[in-house]
Amino acid sequence: MTDLLKSLRYTLLALLASLLVGAVIIVVTDIDALKVGDYGKAFTTVLTAYRSLFEGSFWGLRSISNTITGTTPLLLSGLAVSVAFKAGLFNIGATGQMLAGGMTALWVGFTMSGPGWLQVPLAVLAGAIGGAIFGGIAGVLKARTGAHEVITTIMLNSIASFLVLWLLKTTLFQREGRPDPISKLIADEAHLPRLFGFLEGRSDLVAHSGFFVALLATYGYWYLLKRTTLGFELRATGLNSDAAKYAGMKSKTLMVVAMLLAGGFAGMAGATEVLGTYGYASTSLAGNIGFDAIAVALLGQSSPIGTLVSALLFGALQAGGRSMQANTDVPVDLIIVLRALIVMFVAAPLLVKAMFRVKSQFSAQGQTFRGWGG
Amino acid sequence: MKLELRGITKRFPGVVANDSVNLSIATGEVLALVGENGAGKSTLMNVLYGLYKADEGEILIDGASKKFNSPADAIASGIGMVHQHFMLVPVFSVAENVVLGSEPTRRLGALDIEQARKMVRDVSDRYNLNLDPDAIVEDLPVGVRQRVEIVKVLLRDAKIVVFDEPTAVLTPSEILEFFEIVRTLIRSGKGVVFITHKLKEALTIADRINVLRRGKVVGDADPKTASEAQIAEMMVGRPVQLTVDKKPADPKQVVLSVKDLSLIDPDGRTVVDQVSFEVRAGEIVGIAGVQGNGQTELVEALSGLRNANSGVVEIDGKDVTKASPRERHSLGMGHVPEDRQRQGLITGMSITENLVLTRYHDNEFCNGMKMRWSDASKKAKELVANYDIRTSDPDQLASTLSGGNQQKVIVARELSRKIGLVLAAQPTRGIDVGSIEYIHEQIVKERDAGTAVLIVSTELDEVMALSDRLLVMYRGKIVADLDPKKISHMDVGLYMAGSRPESAVGSHR
Repeated sequence: MTDLLKSLRYTLLALLASLLVGAVIIVVTDIDALKVGDYGKAFTTVLTAYRSLFEGSFWGLRSISNTITGTTPLLLSGLAVSVAFKAGLFNIGATGQMLAGGMTALWVGFTMSGPGWLQVPLAVLAGAIGGAIFGGIAGVLKARTGAHEVITTIMLNSIASFLVLWLLKTTLFQREGRPDPISKLIADEAHLPRLFGFLEGRSDLVAHSGFFVALLATYGYWYLLKRTTLGFELRATGLNSDAAKYAGMKSKTLMVVAMLLAGGFAGMAGATEVLGTYGYASTSLAGNIGFDAIAVALLGQSSPIGTLVSALLFGALQAGGRSMQANTDVPVDLIIVLRALIVMFVAAPLLVKAMFRVKSQFSAQGQTFRGWGG
Repeated sequence: MKLELRGITKRFPGVVANDSVNLSIATGEVLALVGENGAGKSTLMNVLYGLYKADEGEILIDGASKKFNSPADAIASGIGMVHQHFMLVPVFSVAENVVLGSEPTRRLGALDIEQARKMVRDVSDRYNLNLDPDAIVEDLPVGVRQRVEIVKVLLRDAKIVVFDEPTAVLTPSEILEFFEIVRTLIRSGKGVVFITHKLKEALTIADRINVLRRGKVVGDADPKTASEAQIAEMMVGRPVQLTVDKKPADPKQVVLSVKDLSLIDPDGRTVVDQVSFEVRAGEIVGIAGVQGNGQTELVEALSGLRNANSGVVEIDGKDVTKASPRERHSLGMGHVPEDRQRQGLITGMSITENLVLTRYHDNEFCNGMKMRWSDASKKAKELVANYDIRTSDPDQLASTLSGGNQQKVIVARELSRKIGLVLAAQPTRGIDVGSIEYIHEQIVKERDAGTAVLIVSTELDEVMALSDRLLVMYRGKIVADLDPKKISHMDVGLYMAGSRPESAVGSHR
């Protein structure tokens, strides 16, 4: 528990540090104000920007809805990276696994007909299976041939995106009458219900129940790690694969299982995007989420709670960034800078300690990188 | 030069690692600092070397108080340190390693390797270190690597050299060479602090011995008059049994049978060559041998971590040559592995988790896939109490334990299972006397309960004391099957070196 508090404290300090550096960036890029030497105005810009960043992420129903929408795929794909980390694998392939899961969910979504209570879970499950199979490929390659998962998952990302491009041009998937690679719409019943659907006339509240899928998955991840023999085996392999072998664990099987699970989580991310956010699939379905997921897992130290908190943080920054751009001249790209800074400060605890003069008996350890297993 | 530590106190959260420690050392003498693991030896030396800041107390050099904020300050005051884990770049030459960090340069900053070579040669000649400046470090044996570290220290003009557990990684003959080097250092006017928990070595080389226990200096001993048992008692705080007390063995049926086992490593070298032997219930069979004669590979093959190239391994008459580690565990095999940090423990997991590492899948701790951690915790508490594992909380990480207690975790886990056979490789390597005594007692108790025990150790004293039957391994072959009560250390040593004593008592293969 104290460990948790301690790492939370550093994460908060890292957040504060990156907001400070971000403020400097806002000031020095406010060319107009600097030209006339109006530092007061530059200072005001910082305040306005950060205020709208906060308001855009938490202030009011609409902001919260946007934050939830952004968080959902980040959390699920963050779990995909986290579960692999725990087993000592570096999964860069969340993008490809998301695409695979998105496409299988989509297929169930527009071919099946039936009541929503049946169709939605089935489509999400199809997404998880599609992603798992795609993630499992990297696991099997590593177990059978020793091919490094970093290389194979990156390559599988490319394979997935071109596969999706081709699929979206086939008659099975392509929307009728469209020349571009865009899929058919899923059936109305296959949509993940909107969270605020009960409020009339608020079609701007786009958050959907995929968020609950993500929370449920996070609980499942926690349960797996802490309460099951499989979770114990995965953690043991990740921390010390020699000792795991000594203890009689099957390290190759565990590699495959870890990648199946990772792919399953990422596949659900793809599924909730298709079934909740878009209602169809396009080539930009996965966007940058698969890579942001790495930062989410890193920041959350691959723990269930950590991943949840950092996904919420990144989701909030994403939602707030848009309103910041709308209200001030500060571009939304600042969010990318802030996220990078947060990850950097978390990865360099010594820097944060020096900045805030945290007294410590022991020299700091790179907490973020513990247990990656190379 | 005279160095004095006065009233050094160093606290870490929850522990006082050093409690007003006084200590002095002058050039021309060897001071041995002995104590169990976790007694505060390394902390004290890290304070002296400027790595930690003492909470109280002062460091005096020739009577003048000094403040060390970093190792650089300590080095400037003439203090050098040779760490237990060497800090060398494996792919660099000896000369390159020695000058790393303060390289002699020519114009435009080009490395003057000729100068570096000369520096190494000079020091090597002066202190009889016999080092080739052009040898690549990764090709050198451990003992020689240690000499490279010594050269590094000497080149920085150290007057007082601190060695942290220098013999832990050395073979018996390398230890003798090391002592020669220490004597040369003393003759040329250096002072040496020798940190160790091996009492025999302290008695051999030291002029004075200081004993640390729980962060305090509990006594001084004069190596000329003190005995091993007296110092051990000071270290542990109670009388210690240094020899193993056991009844004659009562061997019953064969439990482990090895027939013509051969292992070939990836380079095509035969590392275990047609080995055959048996271990019976109720006896301890020891395998002695110098490190690197195939014992490691043999144990890996017996435990299922390595495939045999030919031959048969049977447990209780069942062929297990191709069986996985788990299958062997379920046939009643316990295994205390050679390298506790690498194989035996997961230091990033809790003590409880480590205590169930080889049995979490047992119905005792899980229902199918669901772990019952409450039962694991109950078992862990019981084992912590029964096996004298010193910890305040079994939920702490295994990395918080001292080496001896980590080993007790492994021994507790393996011996408390339902077993008929134990493989124990280097069961007491690098741990303190108190723990060694305890682990030996447990192994003998297990034998008396009818378990077959195979001990593999490079510590000749240990295998001689524990074994009921002693096998000697040399270059992958078993070269002797001896009765440890009827043979001298000297003769076993000859077998270990590959020759055969004239007065051979045991049967020779």
